Order: sequence, then C-alpha cells, then structure tokens
Amino acid sequence: MDFANFLIQLLNSVQYGLLLFMLAAGLTLIFGIMGVVNLAHGSFYMLGAYLAWYFSSTLGSLTLAIVLGTVLAVVFGWLLEWLLFRHFYHRDHLDQVLLTFGLIYIFEEVRSIFWGDDVHAVQVPELLNWSIPLTDTLSYPIYRLVMSGICIVLAIGLYLLISKTRLGMKIRAGAFNRDMTESLGVNIRLIHGVVFALGVGLAAIAGMLASPIASVYPGMGSSVLIMCFVVVVIGGIGSVRGALVAALLVGLVDTFGKVLLPQIAGMAVYMLMAIVLLYKPEGLFKQ
Amino acid sequence: MTTRRLVLTRSAAVIGAASSGLLLPEIVRAQSDKVRVGFMLPYTGTFAQLGVAIENGFRMALNEQGGKLGGREVEFFKVDDESNPAKGIENATRLVQRDKVDVLVGTVHSGVQMGIHKVARDTGVLNLIPNAGVHIATRAQCAPNVFRTSFTNSQPTLALGKPMMERGHKKAVWITWNYAAGDEAFEGFEKSYTEAGGQIIKKLGLPFPNVEFQALLTEIAALKPDAVACFFAGGGAAKFLRDYEAAGLSKNIQLWGSGFLTEGVLDAAGDAANGVLTTMHYSDSLDTPRNKKFRLDYAKTFKLQPDVYAVQGYDTGLLLVKGANAVKGDMANKQALYAAMRGAEIDSPRGKWKMSPSHNPIQDIYLRKVENRENKVIGIAGKAVADPATGCRMA
Repeated sequence: MDFANFLIQLLNSVQYGLLLFMLAAGLTLIFGIMGVVNLAHGSFYMLGAYLAWYFSSTLGSLTLAIVLGTVLAVVFGWLLEWLLFRHFYHRDHLDQVLLTFGLIYIFEEVRSIFWGDDVHAVQVPELLNWSIPLTDTLSYPIYRLVMSGICIVLAIGLYLLISKTRLGMKIRAGAFNRDMTESLGVNIRLIHGVVFALGVGLAAIAGMLASPIASVYPGMGSSVLIMCFVVVVIGGIGSVRGALVAALLVGLVDTFGKVLLPQIAGMAVYMLMAIVLLYKPEGLFKQ
Repeated sequence: MTTRRLVLTRSAAVIGAASSGLLLPEIVRAQSDKVRVGFMLPYTGTFAQLGVAIENGFRMALNEQGGKLGGREVEFFKVDDESNPAKGIENATRLVQRDKVDVLVGTVHSGVQMGIHKVARDTGVLNLIPNAGVHIATRAQCAPNVFRTSFTNSQPTLALGKPMMERGHKKAVWITWNYAAGDEAFEGFEKSYTEAGGQIIKKLGLPFPNVEFQALLTEIAALKPDAVACFFAGGGAAKFLRDYEAAGLSKNIQLWGSGFLTEGVLDAAGDAANGVLTTMHYSDSLDTPRNKKFRLDYAKTFKLQPDVYAVQGYDTGLLLVKGANAVKGDMANKQALYAAMRGAEIDSPRGKWKMSPSHNPIQDIYLRKVENRENKVIGIAGKAVADPATGCRMA
C-alpha cells in the first residue's frame, strides 16, 4: 500500500469513525445520564436519512433538508421523551429493552406506511460534488471532507456544552447523583428532555449527512446500531470521550480490515472489541 | 368407560382427519374440475415489483391458451412471501396443505426459496422457480418435481470471463456483497475468467446490503486492474454505479458485471452507467420478432414495460402449459407431466431454451452494453450455457 492510498484510507476511516461517534455519543449520553438502554437509537438515524431524502427531493436542497430535518428530529425526540421514555427511567433495564425493541418495529412499520420500502438515493449537493485529485488514479470526494468537518464541529460543540456551560454542569451533576441535584433546585426533568432531544438530534444529523453516501433504505438503522453498541462498549459506557476514541478506532479497524483482509472484514471489529474487553472489561474510559 | 372414551376420541380423530383431507384418496382431488395454481411471490417490500412482473408474465402465458391448462379451468391462490426467509416454510405449507395447489410458483428471494424447496421435497408438490438463482435447488438437492425457468446465480458470470479476455482485460478485481448470491456469482466468474487465462488479483466484499463502497473503491484505484467485475442488484447496484463513476474509476477501469447490475436501475444510475458491460440471459433490446411481439403484448395488457422478471414469469407459464397439455390437464399423472416438462423447448422472448437434466435452463447469455439508459445487446457472451449441476442425482 503506497502513501497516497494509505492517506485516503485513513481519511475514509476518520470519516466513518466520526459518523459512528455522532450516533454513539447520543447513545452513551442517554444511557449514562438517564440509565436508559435505547435500542431504538438506530431508528433515529434512519429517521434522519428519510427526512433528508424526503425534504431534499421535495425542496430540492440537501442543506435546507438538513436544517429542517434537525429541527423536526429534535422536537420529535423531546416529545418522545416526554410521552414515553420518562416513565421508564426507574424501571428495570429489561423493561427498557422491551420498550425500545418494540419501538424499532413501530418505527419501521410507520416508515413503511408513509415512505414505502424502496431504496432511495440522495444527491450530493452540486457545490460539493467534486473530488480532490491526489494521484493519477486516486482522488477524495469533497463531500466526505465537509461531512467530517461538520462532525468535528459538532463534537467540539458537544464537548464545550458538557464541560464548560452551566447546563453541562447540571447534566453532569444529574448523572452523578440525580436526587441530590434535584433537591438543589435543578429541574432534572427538563435536563433529561434536553439530553434526549440532543441524542436524537445527533443521530438524525448523522443519518442526514450519511444519506448521500450510504443510500436510504428500510432497516438501515439496525446494522448501524450494532456498530454503535460496539463503540459504546469499547469506549466505556457513559463516556463521551471514550465514544470518540472508540469510534475512531472502529473506523480504522473496519476500513483497513475491509481493504487488507477482506476475508475477515466482517469480523475485524468484533475481534477488536473482544481484545479490548479482555484487557479492559469496562471499556477504555470507565466512568 | 375407558374404551368408550377411546372409541369416541378415535372416531373424532378420524372424522377430523377425513374432513381436513388427509384420508381422502388422491383421485378425489384430481377430479375437482380446476387446476389449482399457487403463487408464492413477494407482493410487498423491496422485491414487490418483481413479484408482480412474474405473476403478470405467468398469466399472460396462460391467457394465450384461453386461460386454461390442458383444457381445464385454472384457479389461483396467492401468498405474499414478503421476501422473508423465516416464513418460507410456513407460507409454502399453507399453499400446499390448506389450498391444495397442484403447482406452486415461487419465488424471488433465494433464502425464501430454500423454505419452498424443503416443502416441495417433503410433499412432492410441483414447484416452478421463476427467479431465485440459489445453486443448491438444481444441484445437490435437485428434485424431479422442482423446475427452474430463470438462471442459477453463477450462470451469467459463467459467460463473463471470455469477453473480458477478448478485450485484453487480463487482471481483474472482483467485488460483491458477502452473501450466498454474491458467492455463487463469484464461482461462475472465477471459473470462466481463470479458464480464459485471466488473473483475479483481489476479491473484495462487504456485508449485505451495505452500500458504503468508498474504502473498497479507493483500494481498486490503488490496485489499478484492467477491469472490475461485480455482482450487485437493486438499489445497491445503482449506488455502486454512481460511486464507481464519482471515484473517477469509470474513465480508466472498465466495469463488468452479472446483468442484474443494470436491470431496472438505469434511471436511478443515470449517466454513471454508460459503457458498463454485463452478461445476462435477456435484454429489453433483443432484436427478435419474438421479443418484440412479447413486449408489445405485455405493454398492451398491463400498461407496463416488461423486464427480465416478466419474461421469466412468462416462461414459467409456457413451461407449465407444455406439461399440462401433454397430460391433458391430469396433473396427477406426474410421470408424464414431468417428462413433458423435462423435454420441453421453450420459445421464449429471450430466445429458445431447453431444460437441463437438473431442471435449469440451458440458455444463451448475451453481452450487453449500457448506452443512453438502455441495455444494448452487442453480442452473445456464451452460447447454450448450462449450470454445472454439481452433485445433482435425480431420483
């Protein structure tokens, strides 16, 4: 493998890793702060992708679709938390698994009723539909760079929000000791709503950004959900920093596995997980 | 007391069995005046259009006979198989046990086909496969009552190697989804290409139905092969064609594929598909009177353009008509029925084809090139291509 090829595969890895991070961050936040195991997280990714397809095909602009889709997804997340999830914070994990597993089926069915079961293509915006040539045969699509850029900005924003703001402080306090925080006058209900909506929003944005490069199809949330859980488990449950490191690691192993050892490509990520868990049973960054 | 209850329960059991048809002699069914045809096809989901096209084609073949099979009226039963392998056996059993069909037509998805195949082998019901190319159905597990009118997954790719070498493409990369159909398509490609003297420098794969090709396309660009050969179908195929072009590969590296790559996706792929070469047992643009007539009739009847799936459904109907006519509608005369179908020569829109000893078409495979969103036939890639039928021993 020469240098240019290596460089591009590295970019591919980072781009895939960042996408996974967007999903895993929400998943791990919702678990870490509210203690909810959310199997339906992949459905929010699917929701994002379908919204991107629907709005970009009716409005003719992916950028507009992403803005509109994000707003809708956040509102949807907020409603879902208020109507359903908040009643499950004190319940057993098994109840939560049952609830969210059921939600996967409901979301798939509703999607099928409204949008059908076809595979849809989303066009890359004309402005970003070109590549940077690196060698005579290798080039890198600019859309993927922009996409990675957006993910990095959002990751930094998330970090600042949680570690530097007053809201972030309340979120961290609530995760650490819920009753104590509440008795100090923090509206923990509101915090939960915000965190949940944030998680749904991040997953939906990931789906929308991925829609031009991964197509939009039924069941697209399930395969990505498995990868997300792998990331969360490797990174350490509840740790956003762990999710970032683990997502990049998974991106690297998956991409180079596909290219260097296609025979075992499907397994490479799980082997990574097994090795990490062997030495760090609670993940790389234990909370 | 005990014996009386025993007598009662046993009589009840006998009555139950009799009314459900278990004890009725075979002759009673045969005397019912209609031939019972069961469709087990996808009517919802990703493959819904394929199911409809197959049924349309099948009905068209029967309509050409005045809607009759061997002089008898036909009654249809339909089950949506949802392309769900988990329900394959249950759905097939429903048609065979409850609806008592004489012939089961199905299906598209290879996984579901394996369920149908088990039921066909267990019950001996006549099964006509209008699409699913899963190898084992006409190889190690071939059966006298199972006939396929479509293709095996490796049949189109068995004709791929020679034309690639003829164009001087000596080093190739293979890429597909890692699942049964992809593996089976590779088998045909590997055989034909290496026998023609070509060298497969790398075999790339990704999980089905993943469509994130970027890392693999980068690898292809770095390997600089003379050509790329692939197996993809449906939405994923359109995506692959577009990504292949976007990565700048279509300018330098000729793309080849099993014909499903460009079936039904040319609009979705747009200009990205231009110049792609594929091998397949049919093409819309086949310039024969037989195909033109078929296409015209089909378009008139259903207000739709026929595709390869409609042709396969049509041929399934033609095959059944041949069999039923030979036994004058007596579908219980299985020996004569199967003999007639085995020996049938089908005058299909795809060209004349014969049934192989393992009950799979021996057919010409066309070489096609995409031009202006159309699969143009530019030659015959393989004359009378037969599946190797490895391990088939007809009982």
